[in-house]
Amino acid sequence: MLYALAGTLEQGLLFALMVLGVYLTFRVLDYADLTVDGSFTTGGAIAASIIFAGGSPWLATAAAVVGGLFAGMFTGLLHTVFKITPLLSGILTMTALYSVNLRILGRANVPLLRADTVITKFNSWLPLDSIYGATLLGLLIVVLVVAGLYLFLKTEVGLALQATGDNEQMIRAQGVNTNHMKLLGLAISNGLVAFSGALVAQNQQFADAGMGIGMIVAGLASVIIGEAIFGRRTILQQIIAVVCGSVIYRAVLALVLRLGLAPTDFKLLTALIVVAALASPQVRNWLGKGRTAERSGLDA
Amino acid sequence: MLELTDICKAFDKNTINEKVALDHVSLSLESGDFVTLVGSNGAGKSTLLNAVAGMFLLDYGRIMLDGSDITHLSEHQRAAYIGRVFQDPLTGTAPQMTVEENLVMAWKRGQRRRLRKAICLQERSFFREQLATLGLGLEERLTTKVGLLSGGQRQALTLLMATLRKPQLLLLDEHIASLDPHTADLVMDLTCRIVKEQQLTAVMVTHNLEQALAAGTRTVMMHEGRVVLDIRGAERKCMNVLDLMQLFEENSGTTLNSDRVLLAQ
Repeated sequence: MLYALAGTLEQGLLFALMVLGVYLTFRVLDYADLTVDGSFTTGGAIAASIIFAGGSPWLATAAAVVGGLFAGMFTGLLHTVFKITPLLSGILTMTALYSVNLRILGRANVPLLRADTVITKFNSWLPLDSIYGATLLGLLIVVLVVAGLYLFLKTEVGLALQATGDNEQMIRAQGVNTNHMKLLGLAISNGLVAFSGALVAQNQQFADAGMGIGMIVAGLASVIIGEAIFGRRTILQQIIAVVCGSVIYRAVLALVLRLGLAPTDFKLLTALIVVAALASPQVRNWLGKGRTAERSGLDA
Repeated sequence: MLELTDICKAFDKNTINEKVALDHVSLSLESGDFVTLVGSNGAGKSTLLNAVAGMFLLDYGRIMLDGSDITHLSEHQRAAYIGRVFQDPLTGTAPQMTVEENLVMAWKRGQRRRLRKAICLQERSFFREQLATLGLGLEERLTTKVGLLSGGQRQALTLLMATLRKPQLLLLDEHIASLDPHTADLVMDLTCRIVKEQQLTAVMVTHNLEQALAAGTRTVMMHEGRVVLDIRGAERKCMNVLDLMQLFEENSGTTLNSDRVLLAQ
Protein backbone atom coordinates (compact mmCIF):
# COMPACT_ATOMS: atom_id res chain seq x y z
CA MET A 1 0.00 0.00 0.00
CA LEU A 2 2.75 2.43 0.97
CA TYR A 3 4.56 1.39 -2.14
CA ALA A 4 1.48 2.17 -4.24
CA LEU A 5 1.16 5.59 -2.59
CA ALA A 6 4.80 6.36 -3.27
CA GLY A 7 4.29 5.33 -6.89
CA THR A 8 1.31 7.66 -7.19
CA LEU A 9 3.25 10.54 -5.68
CA GLU A 10 6.14 9.90 -8.04
CA GLN A 11 3.87 9.85 -11.09
CA GLY A 12 1.96 12.88 -9.89
CA LEU A 13 5.12 14.92 -9.42
CA LEU A 14 6.71 13.99 -12.75
CA PHE A 15 3.46 14.80 -14.58
CA ALA A 16 2.97 17.97 -12.50
CA LEU A 17 5.40 19.84 -14.75
CA MET A 18 3.16 19.05 -17.71
CA VAL A 19 0.12 20.14 -15.69
CA LEU A 20 1.84 23.44 -14.84
CA GLY A 21 2.39 23.95 -18.55
CA VAL A 22 -1.28 23.30 -19.27
CA TYR A 23 -2.23 25.65 -16.42
CA LEU A 24 -0.08 28.40 -17.94
CA THR A 25 -1.85 28.30 -21.30
CA PHE A 26 -5.33 27.19 -20.29
CA ARG A 27 -5.79 29.41 -17.22
CA VAL A 28 -3.23 32.21 -17.36
CA LEU A 29 -3.18 32.81 -21.11
CA ASP A 30 -6.78 31.63 -21.68
CA TYR A 31 -5.53 29.65 -24.69
CA ALA A 32 -6.64 26.04 -25.23
CA ASP A 33 -3.32 24.71 -26.49
CA LEU A 34 -3.44 21.20 -27.93
CA THR A 35 0.28 21.20 -28.80
CA VAL A 36 0.75 19.39 -25.48
CA ASP A 37 0.01 15.91 -26.86
CA GLY A 38 2.84 16.37 -29.35
CA SER A 39 5.35 18.31 -27.29
CA PHE A 40 5.18 15.85 -24.38
CA THR A 41 6.32 13.09 -26.73
CA THR A 42 8.90 15.43 -28.28
CA GLY A 43 10.43 15.90 -24.83
CA GLY A 44 10.51 12.15 -24.22
CA ALA A 45 11.83 11.42 -27.70
CA ILE A 46 14.66 13.97 -27.59
CA ALA A 47 15.78 12.89 -24.13
CA ALA A 48 15.57 9.16 -24.95
CA SER A 49 17.42 9.34 -28.23
CA ILE A 50 20.26 11.44 -26.82
CA ILE A 51 20.62 9.09 -23.84
CA PHE A 52 20.34 6.05 -26.12
CA ALA A 53 23.17 7.48 -28.22
CA GLY A 54 25.29 7.74 -25.08
CA GLY A 55 24.82 11.44 -24.30
CA SER A 56 24.61 12.96 -20.83
CA PRO A 57 21.10 12.59 -19.37
CA TRP A 58 21.24 16.15 -17.98
CA LEU A 59 22.09 17.50 -21.40
CA ALA A 60 19.40 15.29 -22.92
CA THR A 61 16.79 16.70 -20.54
CA ALA A 62 17.87 20.26 -21.27
CA ALA A 63 17.66 19.57 -25.01
CA ALA A 64 14.14 18.20 -24.50
CA VAL A 65 13.07 21.46 -22.83
CA VAL A 66 14.49 23.47 -25.72
CA GLY A 67 12.60 21.23 -28.16
CA GLY A 68 9.38 21.96 -26.26
CA LEU A 69 10.07 25.71 -26.33
CA PHE A 70 10.32 25.58 -30.12
CA ALA A 71 7.16 23.47 -30.46
CA GLY A 72 5.24 26.06 -28.41
CA MET A 73 6.69 28.91 -30.43
CA PHE A 74 5.63 27.20 -33.65
CA THR A 75 2.03 27.02 -32.44
CA GLY A 76 2.28 30.65 -31.35
CA LEU A 77 3.56 31.75 -34.74
CA LEU A 78 0.71 29.94 -36.52
CA HIS A 79 -1.72 31.83 -34.32
CA THR A 80 -0.14 35.29 -34.18
CA VAL A 81 1.31 35.58 -37.70
CA PHE A 82 -1.25 33.68 -39.74
CA LYS A 83 -4.24 34.32 -37.44
CA ILE A 84 -5.12 30.62 -37.25
CA THR A 85 -7.46 29.94 -34.33
CA PRO A 86 -5.78 28.77 -31.08
CA LEU A 87 -7.44 25.36 -31.24
CA LEU A 88 -6.49 24.68 -34.84
CA SER A 89 -2.92 25.98 -34.55
CA GLY A 90 -2.36 23.59 -31.65
CA ILE A 91 -3.85 20.67 -33.56
CA LEU A 92 -1.68 21.43 -36.60
CA THR A 93 1.52 21.51 -34.53
CA MET A 94 0.50 18.37 -32.66
CA THR A 95 -0.10 16.52 -35.93
CA ALA A 96 3.14 17.75 -37.46
CA LEU A 97 5.02 16.77 -34.29
CA TYR A 98 3.84 13.18 -34.60
CA SER A 99 6.03 12.78 -37.69
CA VAL A 100 8.84 14.84 -36.18
CA ASN A 101 8.80 12.68 -33.06
CA LEU A 102 9.08 9.50 -35.11
CA ARG A 103 12.05 11.03 -36.92
CA ILE A 104 13.70 11.87 -33.62
CA LEU A 105 13.09 8.40 -32.23
CA GLY A 106 14.06 6.71 -35.49
CA ARG A 107 11.55 3.94 -34.73
CA ALA A 108 8.34 3.44 -32.78
CA ASN A 109 10.05 3.22 -29.40
CA VAL A 110 13.47 3.63 -27.80
CA PRO A 111 14.26 1.57 -24.67
CA LEU A 112 16.47 3.00 -21.92
CA LEU A 113 17.01 -0.15 -19.86
CA ARG A 114 20.31 -0.01 -17.98
CA ALA A 115 21.07 3.38 -19.52
CA ASP A 116 22.18 6.27 -17.34
CA THR A 117 19.22 8.60 -16.75
CA VAL A 118 18.84 11.67 -14.53
CA ILE A 119 17.04 9.37 -12.10
CA THR A 120 19.82 6.77 -11.86
CA LYS A 121 22.36 9.61 -11.55
CA PHE A 122 20.33 11.22 -8.78
CA ASN A 123 19.94 7.85 -7.05
CA SER A 124 23.69 7.34 -7.02
CA TRP A 125 24.05 10.54 -4.90
CA LEU A 126 21.43 9.42 -2.41
CA PRO A 127 22.19 7.46 0.73
CA LEU A 128 18.54 6.38 0.73
CA ASP A 129 16.72 3.47 -0.77
CA SER A 130 16.77 4.00 -4.52
CA ILE A 131 13.04 3.41 -5.03
CA TYR A 132 12.33 6.96 -3.75
CA GLY A 133 14.88 8.60 -6.03
CA ALA A 134 12.42 9.59 -8.75
CA THR A 135 9.96 10.97 -6.17
CA LEU A 136 12.62 13.09 -4.49
CA LEU A 137 14.02 14.35 -7.78
CA GLY A 138 10.50 15.11 -8.96
CA LEU A 139 9.72 16.98 -5.74
CA LEU A 140 12.92 18.99 -5.99
CA ILE A 141 12.26 19.97 -9.60
CA VAL A 142 8.57 20.75 -8.98
CA VAL A 143 9.42 22.99 -6.00
CA LEU A 144 11.98 24.88 -8.08
CA VAL A 145 9.60 25.24 -11.04
CA VAL A 146 6.68 26.33 -8.83
CA ALA A 147 8.85 29.00 -7.20
CA GLY A 148 10.26 30.09 -10.55
CA LEU A 149 6.84 30.26 -12.20
CA TYR A 150 5.35 32.21 -9.30
CA LEU A 151 8.20 34.73 -9.22
CA PHE A 152 8.05 35.08 -13.00
CA LEU A 153 4.30 35.77 -12.99
CA LYS A 154 4.89 38.58 -10.49
CA THR A 155 7.49 40.36 -12.62
CA GLU A 156 6.65 43.21 -14.96
CA VAL A 157 6.72 40.81 -17.91
CA GLY A 158 4.76 38.19 -15.97
CA LEU A 159 1.96 40.63 -15.17
CA ALA A 160 1.75 41.59 -18.84
CA LEU A 161 1.46 37.88 -19.67
CA GLN A 162 -1.35 37.43 -17.15
CA ALA A 163 -3.17 40.49 -18.46
CA THR A 164 -2.92 39.16 -22.02
CA GLY A 165 -5.06 36.23 -20.92
CA ASP A 166 -7.30 38.35 -18.71
CA ASN A 167 -8.08 41.37 -20.91
CA GLU A 168 -6.15 41.61 -24.14
CA GLN A 169 -7.56 44.99 -25.16
CA MET A 170 -6.57 46.51 -21.84
CA ILE A 171 -2.94 45.43 -21.91
CA ARG A 172 -2.53 46.42 -25.56
CA ALA A 173 -3.73 49.89 -24.60
CA GLN A 174 -0.92 49.84 -22.00
CA GLY A 175 1.64 49.29 -24.74
CA VAL A 176 2.21 45.54 -24.62
CA ASN A 177 2.60 43.51 -27.80
CA THR A 178 0.18 40.73 -26.93
CA ASN A 179 1.51 38.54 -29.76
CA HIS A 180 4.90 38.45 -28.04
CA MET A 181 3.24 37.54 -24.76
CA LYS A 182 1.35 34.64 -26.36
CA LEU A 183 4.55 33.37 -27.98
CA LEU A 184 6.37 33.60 -24.66
CA GLY A 185 3.57 31.86 -22.76
CA LEU A 186 3.23 29.05 -25.28
CA ALA A 187 6.99 28.54 -25.39
CA ILE A 188 7.35 28.32 -21.60
CA SER A 189 4.29 26.08 -21.35
CA ASN A 190 5.48 23.58 -23.92
CA GLY A 191 9.01 23.74 -22.52
CA LEU A 192 7.55 22.53 -19.20
CA VAL A 193 5.48 19.88 -20.97
CA ALA A 194 8.56 18.55 -22.80
CA PHE A 195 10.52 18.65 -19.50
CA SER A 196 7.82 16.45 -18.02
CA GLY A 197 7.94 14.14 -21.04
CA ALA A 198 11.71 13.80 -20.71
CA LEU A 199 11.48 12.88 -17.01
CA VAL A 200 8.61 10.44 -17.53
CA ALA A 201 10.47 8.68 -20.37
CA GLN A 202 13.56 8.33 -18.19
CA ASN A 203 11.52 7.08 -15.27
CA GLN A 204 9.63 4.45 -17.29
CA GLN A 205 12.85 3.69 -19.17
CA PHE A 206 11.49 4.04 -22.67
CA ALA A 207 10.01 6.58 -25.02
CA ASP A 208 7.48 5.81 -27.69
CA ALA A 209 5.61 7.79 -30.30
CA GLY A 210 2.28 7.40 -28.51
CA MET A 211 3.29 8.45 -24.99
CA GLY A 212 1.69 11.89 -25.34
CA ILE A 213 -1.74 10.80 -26.54
CA GLY A 214 -4.49 12.23 -24.33
CA MET A 215 -1.97 14.28 -22.34
CA ILE A 216 -3.87 17.55 -22.79
CA VAL A 217 -7.04 16.07 -21.32
CA ALA A 218 -5.08 14.55 -18.43
CA GLY A 219 -3.55 18.00 -17.87
CA LEU A 220 -6.93 19.71 -17.92
CA ALA A 221 -8.36 17.12 -15.54
CA SER A 222 -5.51 17.73 -13.10
CA VAL A 223 -5.90 21.51 -13.29
CA ILE A 224 -9.65 21.28 -12.73
CA ILE A 225 -9.39 18.78 -9.87
CA GLY A 226 -6.70 20.83 -8.13
CA GLU A 227 -8.61 24.06 -8.39
CA ALA A 228 -11.86 22.48 -7.27
CA ILE A 229 -10.25 21.10 -4.11
CA PHE A 230 -7.68 23.73 -3.20
CA GLY A 231 -9.22 26.90 -4.65
CA ARG A 232 -7.96 29.55 -7.02
CA ARG A 233 -7.94 32.78 -5.11
CA THR A 234 -4.35 33.83 -5.63
CA ILE A 235 -1.75 32.85 -8.21
CA LEU A 236 0.38 30.97 -5.67
CA GLN A 237 -2.64 29.09 -4.36
CA GLN A 238 -3.58 28.20 -7.91
CA ILE A 239 -0.10 26.94 -8.84
CA ILE A 240 0.16 24.75 -5.76
CA ALA A 241 -3.41 23.54 -6.25
CA VAL A 242 -2.57 22.48 -9.77
CA VAL A 243 0.45 20.45 -8.60
CA CYS A 244 -1.71 18.75 -5.97
CA GLY A 245 -4.33 18.18 -8.65
CA SER A 246 -1.76 16.26 -10.66
CA VAL A 247 -1.01 13.95 -7.71
CA ILE A 248 -4.70 13.44 -6.93
CA TYR A 249 -5.46 12.68 -10.55
CA ARG A 250 -2.81 9.93 -10.53
CA ALA A 251 -4.23 8.64 -7.24
CA VAL A 252 -7.71 8.42 -8.75
CA LEU A 253 -6.31 6.47 -11.68
CA ALA A 254 -4.45 4.08 -9.33
CA LEU A 255 -7.60 3.59 -7.29
CA VAL A 256 -9.71 2.84 -10.33
CA LEU A 257 -7.10 0.37 -11.50
CA ARG A 258 -7.38 -1.41 -8.14
CA LEU A 259 -11.14 -1.53 -8.54
CA GLY A 260 -10.58 -3.67 -11.60
CA LEU A 261 -10.68 -1.34 -14.57
CA ALA A 262 -8.12 -1.92 -17.31
CA PRO A 263 -5.37 0.71 -17.85
CA THR A 264 -6.76 1.14 -21.36
CA ASP A 265 -9.93 2.61 -19.80
CA PHE A 266 -7.95 5.52 -18.33
CA LYS A 267 -8.56 7.90 -21.21
CA LEU A 268 -12.31 7.37 -21.05
CA LEU A 269 -12.28 8.02 -17.33
CA THR A 270 -10.12 11.13 -17.77
CA ALA A 271 -12.44 12.52 -20.40
CA LEU A 272 -15.40 11.86 -18.09
CA ILE A 273 -13.71 13.75 -15.25
CA VAL A 274 -13.15 16.78 -17.49
CA VAL A 275 -16.69 16.60 -18.87
CA ALA A 276 -18.08 16.42 -15.34
CA ALA A 277 -16.05 19.43 -14.25
CA LEU A 278 -16.88 21.51 -17.31
CA ALA A 279 -20.55 20.54 -17.25
CA SER A 280 -21.09 21.15 -13.54
CA PRO A 281 -21.84 24.92 -13.78
CA GLN A 282 -24.50 24.20 -16.39
CA VAL A 283 -25.98 21.36 -14.34
CA ARG A 284 -26.01 23.58 -11.27
CA ASN A 285 -27.81 26.11 -13.42
CA TRP A 286 -30.54 23.61 -14.26
CA LEU A 287 -30.89 22.49 -10.67
CA GLY A 288 -31.11 25.90 -9.02
CA LYS A 289 -32.05 28.58 -11.50
CA GLY A 290 -33.05 31.14 -8.87
CA ARG A 291 -29.83 30.97 -6.93
CA THR A 292 -27.49 31.27 -9.90
CA ALA A 293 -29.53 34.09 -11.40
CA GLU A 294 -29.07 35.97 -8.16
CA ARG A 295 -25.35 35.31 -8.22
CA SER A 296 -24.80 36.42 -11.80
CA GLY A 297 -26.74 39.57 -10.90
CA LEU A 298 -24.12 40.30 -8.26
CA ASP A 299 -21.30 39.62 -10.69
CA ALA A 300 -22.60 42.18 -13.15
CA MET B 1 0.24 68.50 -31.47
CA LEU B 2 -2.15 66.01 -33.10
CA GLU B 3 -2.45 66.48 -36.83
CA LEU B 4 -4.92 64.39 -38.85
CA THR B 5 -4.52 64.97 -42.56
CA ASP B 6 -7.16 63.78 -44.99
CA ILE B 7 -7.79 60.46 -43.25
CA CYS B 8 -10.16 57.92 -44.82
CA LYS B 9 -11.49 54.60 -43.64
CA ALA B 10 -14.16 52.36 -45.12
CA PHE B 11 -15.33 49.10 -43.59
CA ASP B 12 -16.45 46.03 -45.59
CA LYS B 13 -14.85 47.55 -48.65
CA ASN B 14 -16.06 46.41 -52.09
CA THR B 15 -19.08 44.65 -50.63
CA ILE B 16 -22.71 45.64 -50.64
CA ASN B 17 -22.31 46.61 -46.98
CA GLU B 18 -19.50 49.07 -47.64
CA LYS B 19 -19.60 51.82 -45.06
CA VAL B 20 -17.44 54.90 -45.31
CA ALA B 21 -16.72 55.68 -41.66
CA LEU B 22 -14.16 58.43 -42.15
CA ASP B 23 -14.38 60.56 -45.26
CA HIS B 24 -11.29 62.75 -45.75
CA VAL B 25 -11.17 64.02 -42.20
CA SER B 26 -8.62 66.67 -41.35
CA LEU B 27 -8.30 67.98 -37.83
CA SER B 28 -5.55 69.76 -35.99
CA LEU B 29 -5.23 69.91 -32.21
CA GLU B 30 -3.10 72.43 -30.33
CA SER B 31 -1.29 71.39 -27.22
CA GLY B 32 -3.69 71.74 -24.29
CA ASP B 33 -6.84 71.47 -26.40
CA PHE B 34 -9.64 69.54 -24.72
CA VAL B 35 -11.94 68.62 -27.60
CA THR B 36 -15.46 67.33 -27.07
CA LEU B 37 -16.47 65.31 -30.12
CA VAL B 38 -20.19 65.03 -30.87
CA GLY B 39 -22.36 63.81 -33.72
CA SER B 40 -25.25 61.58 -34.64
CA ASN B 41 -25.14 57.79 -34.50
CA GLY B 42 -22.69 56.36 -36.99
CA ALA B 43 -21.08 59.75 -37.62
CA GLY B 44 -17.61 58.29 -37.16
CA LYS B 45 -16.74 59.69 -33.73
CA SER B 46 -15.55 56.44 -32.20
CA THR B 47 -13.97 55.40 -35.50
CA LEU B 48 -11.94 58.61 -35.45
CA LEU B 49 -10.74 57.86 -31.93
CA ASN B 50 -9.94 54.26 -32.83
CA ALA B 51 -8.02 55.44 -35.89
CA VAL B 52 -5.85 57.65 -33.70
CA ALA B 53 -5.40 54.83 -31.17
CA GLY B 54 -4.30 52.50 -33.98
CA MET B 55 -6.97 49.83 -33.72
CA PHE B 56 -6.90 49.59 -37.53
CA LEU B 57 -4.77 51.06 -40.28
CA LEU B 58 -6.08 53.85 -42.47
CA ASP B 59 -7.08 53.54 -46.12
CA TYR B 60 -5.64 56.97 -46.77
CA GLY B 61 -4.20 59.93 -44.91
CA ARG B 62 -1.66 60.68 -42.24
CA ILE B 63 -1.59 61.00 -38.45
CA MET B 64 1.12 63.08 -36.81
CA LEU B 65 1.55 63.25 -33.04
CA ASP B 66 3.97 65.77 -31.57
CA GLY B 67 5.83 66.01 -34.86
CA SER B 68 6.30 62.30 -35.44
CA ASP B 69 4.38 60.24 -37.97
CA ILE B 70 2.38 57.51 -36.19
CA THR B 71 0.25 56.51 -39.20
CA HIS B 72 1.86 53.10 -39.49
CA LEU B 73 2.55 52.34 -35.84
CA SER B 74 0.60 49.49 -34.28
CA GLU B 75 -1.82 49.95 -31.40
CA HIS B 76 0.62 48.89 -28.69
CA GLN B 77 3.38 51.11 -30.08
CA ARG B 78 1.11 54.16 -30.02
CA ALA B 79 0.10 53.34 -26.46
CA ALA B 80 3.44 54.79 -25.38
CA TYR B 81 2.05 58.26 -26.19
CA ILE B 82 -1.69 57.79 -25.79
CA GLY B 83 -3.85 57.14 -22.72
CA ARG B 84 -7.30 55.71 -23.31
CA VAL B 85 -10.59 55.23 -21.47
CA PHE B 86 -13.27 53.13 -23.14
CA GLN B 87 -17.05 53.25 -23.20
CA ASP B 88 -17.39 49.88 -21.49
CA PRO B 89 -16.01 50.10 -17.93
CA LEU B 90 -14.91 46.47 -18.26
CA THR B 91 -12.57 47.14 -21.18
CA GLY B 92 -9.93 49.23 -19.47
CA THR B 93 -8.94 46.96 -16.58
CA ALA B 94 -7.96 43.32 -16.02
CA PRO B 95 -10.66 41.81 -13.74
CA GLN B 96 -8.71 38.82 -12.37
CA MET B 97 -5.82 41.03 -11.31
CA THR B 98 -5.58 43.32 -8.32
CA VAL B 99 -5.91 47.10 -8.24
CA GLU B 100 -2.17 47.54 -7.68
CA GLU B 101 -1.27 45.09 -10.44
CA ASN B 102 -3.46 47.00 -12.87
CA LEU B 103 -1.83 50.25 -11.80
CA VAL B 104 1.71 48.95 -12.15
CA MET B 105 0.95 47.72 -15.67
CA ALA B 106 -0.31 51.21 -16.51
CA TRP B 107 2.71 52.80 -14.82
CA LYS B 108 4.90 50.82 -17.24
CA ARG B 109 3.03 52.12 -20.29
CA GLY B 110 5.63 53.09 -22.86
CA GLN B 111 8.43 51.83 -20.59
CA ARG B 112 10.51 48.72 -21.00
CA ARG B 113 9.01 45.80 -19.07
CA ARG B 114 11.69 43.79 -17.33
CA LEU B 115 12.06 40.54 -15.43
CA ARG B 116 11.94 42.40 -12.16
CA LYS B 117 9.50 42.15 -9.28
CA ALA B 118 6.72 44.44 -10.40
CA ILE B 119 5.44 45.86 -7.11
CA CYS B 120 7.67 46.99 -4.25
CA LEU B 121 6.95 49.21 -1.24
CA GLN B 122 7.81 52.34 -3.19
CA GLU B 123 5.26 51.68 -5.93
CA ARG B 124 2.67 50.70 -3.39
CA SER B 125 2.82 53.99 -1.50
CA PHE B 126 2.82 55.93 -4.77
CA PHE B 127 -0.30 54.08 -5.92
CA ARG B 128 -2.01 54.61 -2.58
CA GLU B 129 -1.36 58.32 -2.88
CA GLN B 130 -2.69 58.45 -6.43
CA LEU B 131 -5.80 56.40 -5.61
CA ALA B 132 -6.59 58.70 -2.71
CA THR B 133 -6.99 61.58 -5.19
CA LEU B 134 -9.99 59.76 -6.70
CA GLY B 135 -11.85 60.01 -3.40
CA LEU B 136 -13.42 56.57 -3.78
CA GLY B 137 -11.61 54.81 -0.95
CA LEU B 138 -9.75 52.60 -3.42
CA GLU B 139 -6.45 53.35 -1.63
CA GLU B 140 -7.58 50.82 1.00
CA ARG B 141 -8.24 48.14 -1.60
CA LEU B 142 -4.89 47.78 -3.36
CA THR B 143 -5.00 43.99 -3.29
CA THR B 144 -8.66 43.63 -4.25
CA LYS B 145 -9.32 42.00 -7.59
CA VAL B 146 -10.61 44.64 -9.98
CA GLY B 147 -13.49 42.39 -11.04
CA LEU B 148 -15.03 42.97 -7.60
CA LEU B 149 -15.25 46.75 -8.09
CA SER B 150 -18.30 48.57 -9.44
CA GLY B 151 -18.44 49.93 -12.98
CA GLY B 152 -17.89 53.47 -11.77
CA GLN B 153 -14.90 52.48 -9.65
CA ARG B 154 -13.43 50.58 -12.58
CA GLN B 155 -13.90 53.54 -14.89
CA ALA B 156 -12.29 55.92 -12.39
CA LEU B 157 -9.42 53.45 -12.06
CA THR B 158 -9.07 53.26 -15.86
CA LEU B 159 -8.94 57.04 -15.99
CA LEU B 160 -6.21 57.07 -13.37
CA MET B 161 -4.33 54.35 -15.26
CA ALA B 162 -4.54 56.31 -18.51
CA THR B 163 -3.04 59.40 -16.89
CA LEU B 164 -0.76 57.87 -14.24
CA ARG B 165 2.15 58.39 -16.57
CA LYS B 166 1.32 61.61 -18.37
CA PRO B 167 0.17 60.80 -21.92
CA GLN B 168 0.76 63.17 -24.82
CA LEU B 169 -2.83 62.57 -25.79
CA LEU B 170 -5.83 61.32 -23.81
CA LEU B 171 -8.67 59.62 -25.69
CA LEU B 172 -12.03 59.26 -23.93
CA ASP B 173 -14.60 57.23 -25.85
CA GLU B 174 -18.02 58.00 -24.29
CA HIS B 175 -16.40 56.95 -21.06
CA ILE B 176 -19.28 57.98 -18.81
CA ALA B 177 -22.14 56.89 -21.09
CA SER B 178 -22.74 53.55 -19.39
CA LEU B 179 -22.51 54.80 -15.79
CA ASP B 180 -25.44 55.80 -13.60
CA PRO B 181 -26.01 59.60 -13.48
CA HIS B 182 -24.39 60.12 -10.09
CA THR B 183 -21.27 58.10 -10.93
CA ALA B 184 -21.13 59.69 -14.36
CA ASP B 185 -20.96 63.16 -12.78
CA LEU B 186 -18.25 61.97 -10.45
CA VAL B 187 -16.09 60.50 -13.23
CA MET B 188 -16.69 63.56 -15.39
CA ASP B 189 -15.51 65.87 -12.60
CA LEU B 190 -12.44 63.71 -12.15
CA THR B 191 -11.77 63.86 -15.87
CA CYS B 192 -11.94 67.64 -16.00
CA ARG B 193 -9.75 67.94 -12.92
CA ILE B 194 -7.05 65.58 -14.20
CA VAL B 195 -6.99 67.15 -17.66
CA LYS B 196 -6.65 70.59 -16.09
CA GLU B 197 -4.04 69.63 -13.51
CA GLN B 198 -1.81 67.79 -15.94
CA GLN B 199 -2.58 70.23 -18.79
CA LEU B 200 -3.41 67.30 -21.05
CA THR B 201 -4.42 67.35 -24.66
CA ALA B 202 -7.60 65.31 -24.83
CA VAL B 203 -10.41 64.21 -27.10
CA MET B 204 -13.69 63.14 -25.50
CA VAL B 205 -16.52 61.55 -27.46
CA THR B 206 -19.92 62.29 -25.96
CA HIS B 207 -23.54 62.22 -27.04
CA ASN B 208 -24.60 64.78 -24.50
CA LEU B 209 -24.59 68.21 -26.18
CA GLU B 210 -24.89 70.08 -22.93
CA GLN B 211 -21.85 68.32 -21.59
CA ALA B 212 -20.03 68.84 -24.88
CA LEU B 213 -20.35 72.59 -24.38
CA ALA B 214 -19.80 72.59 -20.62
CA ALA B 215 -16.62 70.55 -20.58
CA GLY B 216 -13.48 71.08 -22.57
CA THR B 217 -12.17 73.99 -24.60
CA ARG B 218 -13.35 73.12 -28.07
CA THR B 219 -16.26 71.24 -29.67
CA VAL B 220 -16.08 69.32 -32.93
CA MET B 221 -19.16 67.87 -34.57
CA MET B 222 -19.13 65.03 -37.09
CA HIS B 223 -21.69 63.82 -39.59
CA GLU B 224 -21.42 60.91 -42.00
CA GLY B 225 -17.69 60.60 -41.57
CA ARG B 226 -16.90 64.25 -41.98
CA VAL B 227 -16.22 67.15 -39.63
CA VAL B 228 -19.10 69.60 -40.04
CA LEU B 229 -18.50 71.95 -37.16
CA ASP B 230 -15.53 73.11 -35.15
CA ILE B 231 -16.08 75.81 -32.56
CA ARG B 232 -13.95 77.23 -29.76
CA GLY B 233 -13.19 80.34 -27.76
CA ALA B 234 -15.72 83.15 -27.44
CA GLU B 235 -18.01 81.72 -30.10
CA ARG B 236 -18.33 78.50 -28.11
CA LYS B 237 -18.69 80.25 -24.79
CA CYS B 238 -21.92 82.04 -25.64
CA MET B 239 -23.51 79.04 -27.33
CA ASN B 240 -26.27 76.87 -25.94
CA VAL B 241 -27.54 73.47 -27.03
CA LEU B 242 -30.20 74.91 -29.36
CA ASP B 243 -27.64 77.11 -31.12
CA LEU B 244 -25.44 74.08 -31.55
CA MET B 245 -28.25 72.01 -33.05
CA GLN B 246 -29.21 74.81 -35.39
CA LEU B 247 -25.62 75.28 -36.52
CA PHE B 248 -25.38 71.57 -37.11
CA GLU B 249 -28.48 71.61 -39.31
CA GLU B 250 -27.11 74.48 -41.35
CA ASN B 251 -23.80 72.78 -41.89
CA SER B 252 -24.91 69.22 -42.50
CA GLY B 253 -28.22 69.82 -44.26
CA THR B 254 -30.01 67.38 -41.94
CA THR B 255 -31.32 67.35 -38.42
CA LEU B 256 -29.55 65.50 -35.65
CA ASN B 257 -30.86 61.97 -35.83
CA SER B 258 -29.47 60.45 -32.69
CA ASP B 259 -32.04 59.28 -30.17
CA ARG B 260 -29.49 59.57 -27.48
CA VAL B 261 -28.67 63.17 -28.41
CA LEU B 262 -32.36 64.07 -28.20
CA LEU B 263 -32.92 62.12 -25.03
CA ALA B 264 -29.97 63.84 -23.46
CA GLN B 265 -31.73 67.21 -23.72
